[in-house]
Amino acid sequence: MAGPTIPLWEVFIRSRNGLAHKHVGSLHAADATLAVQAARDLYTRRGEGNSVWVVPSSAITASDPADKDMMFDPADSKVYRHPTFYDVPDDVGHM
Amino acid sequence: MDPGSITVADSPLLRYTLRRADDALILGHRLSEWCGHAPMMEEDMALSNMALDLIGQARSLYAYAAEVEAAGRDEDAYAYLRDVTAYGNLLLVEQPNGDFAQTMIRQYLYSAFIDGYWRGLVRSTDATLSAVAAKAEKEAAYHLRHSAEWVIRLGDGTPESHQRAQRALDDLWPFTGEMFAVDASDRSLIARGIAVDTDALRGEWRAMVAQVAARATLILPGDGWMQRGGRDGRHSEHLGHLLSELQFMQRSYPGASW
Repeated sequence: MAGPTIPLWEVFIRSRNGLAHKHVGSLHAADATLAVQAARDLYTRRGEGNSVWVVPSSAITASDPADKDMMFDPADSKVYRHPTFYDVPDDVGHM
Repeated sequence: MDPGSITVADSPLLRYTLRRADDALILGHRLSEWCGHAPMMEEDMALSNMALDLIGQARSLYAYAAEVEAAGRDEDAYAYLRDVTAYGNLLLVEQPNGDFAQTMIRQYLYSAFIDGYWRGLVRSTDATLSAVAAKAEKEAAYHLRHSAEWVIRLGDGTPESHQRAQRALDDLWPFTGEMFAVDASDRSLIARGIAVDTDALRGEWRAMVAQVAARATLILPGDGWMQRGGRDGRHSEHLGHLLSELQFMQRSYPGASW
């Protein structure tokens, strides 16, 4: 019954110290305090994290899917932006 | 009496452990009744999480009761094979869920008590009870925070939510006195540093509840006559109905397992 008066929040969880908070999903809650509690109950039941952020979904500005070609396709043909032209010495191991 | 029912030995420590286990089991069962019925999905999960915490606490305590009684019983025997008069839970926790306000007020009144209780029990000279308390306290602290936030929002919400919250508080208030009652059996354990003197928790509880009620614009009822009897097996009509559902499987199909 989460109607239009109950806002939507995006949930971000940091799984370990040193890592970035990562988007995990969304939920409905009346305010920020309850949103943090709901995020704890919905998204950290199995030890997924040690820090939670919630952000009002309305605060997010997203790129327009219609602009996808203009926005992202030009990056596809720029292979020189990837560091793939170096020989990695064996001693370095996995990079 | 159901021929399948068990009669438990009588000792202060066993009685004490079972009473606390019964509180957790019955309240946990009540909260589990919301599963799939809560006003919103997020709260459905929150209530189920709290139910699981409580049932987990009950399991630890029943397992310890089995150890104390040393009669070859397991935790299931205490939960499924005792009759209603053998249950020693507080009358408060067996009260029906009612509406969401009733459930949250009940949860708040109990959590505000039990959080301080577990903190006290951590210092118990009984190593098992102390260990159970250390785990349960973290869970109770969250239940307290969650239910307090809801009490504030329901009380200080719409006219309807305020009215429902106030009615729940008025209805449940007479069941709160029993939380602090101490009987002779408890006293022998308190003297040995095993049990918590719940009578001493009353002041702190009262101050906390008054503070949240003020923020919720709710009026605390006066401390009039208080209900009692749950600790000694004299229950409201509601517990029998609850147990008939909780115990149905083991009563009908003894020993059945998944």
